[in-house]
Amino acid sequence: MSGLSQAQQIAHHSDEAHATSTGISHNKIMMWAFLASDCMFFGSFIMTFMVYRGKAAGGPRPQDIWDIPYTSVSAAVLLLSSLAIVLALTYLQRGNERAFRIWLVATAALGLMFLGGQFYEFTTFYHDGLTLHSSLFGSTFFVLTGFHGTHVAIGVIWLLSLAWLSKKGKIPPSRSEMPEIAALYWHFVDIVWIIIFAVVYLIPYKS
Amino acid sequence: MSSAPVSHHAHELPNPATYVKLAVILGIFTIIETATYYIHISELVITLVLLFFMTCKFVLVVGYYMHLKFESKILVAVFSVGMMVALAAMLALIAINHNF
Repeated sequence: MSGLSQAQQIAHHSDEAHATSTGISHNKIMMWAFLASDCMFFGSFIMTFMVYRGKAAGGPRPQDIWDIPYTSVSAAVLLLSSLAIVLALTYLQRGNERAFRIWLVATAALGLMFLGGQFYEFTTFYHDGLTLHSSLFGSTFFVLTGFHGTHVAIGVIWLLSLAWLSKKGKIPPSRSEMPEIAALYWHFVDIVWIIIFAVVYLIPYKS
Repeated sequence: MSSAPVSHHAHELPNPATYVKLAVILGIFTIIETATYYIHISELVITLVLLFFMTCKFVLVVGYYMHLKFESKILVAVFSVGMMVALAAMLALIAINHNF
């Protein structure tokens, strides 16, 4: 066993393990492959935004409507949610199912807080004259951040479902792979926002 | 049927205190990023600083929170391929549009 990686050892020992040619759970490989494809998905939207962000068509420009302190708090909320879910997973793997549920619900609550913030931001931008149809800047901004918000919403539903299943006793420590897959998805949502926050909101450009 | 093996492996991953320290570091990086918005220096310098801290945050989350640092090289390869293709698409779009 000494030659195997930690993930291979977990797959070997876990009650949920199944024989695979790589020694890694198929579910985990599938999730990482999905995340790799999602990199391309978001990468395309981010760069399309970068190309068109100066095309405001007489409407509000990015520097007119950005509220950086507000967006910074949103970024911090999502970073905190990443901490919460990694703590949830750690406690489950240590056999503390109650702490697992508490941190899982905390993660979902932080996700909902982020979504509430995004809804408020979208509403404010709309009243400032930036809509999906107002300009290429508006279209690319709302499509990019809207898809990210959709990912967060799906993640929140997933996490709350896991908390409910755990409450029913269906996620014992031996089945920690199930929330681990969800955690991978949630962290990915976080890293996409790390990129959006820097590239979309903060990097200066010549208007 | 035993649930012990899973908790056995938890010892090999970072402990909660390490995760909290990482969160503090990520928070500090975010504050620095936000501060660049209010500093009036060369746009090139600001862009490089932002890209540096963004990359640091990305690597910390993927490596430690997502445990990729402790995973099989196969998973590293799977994710890296997606990242590389995304980066290539970004560079192509930059080149085509002469943006930046």
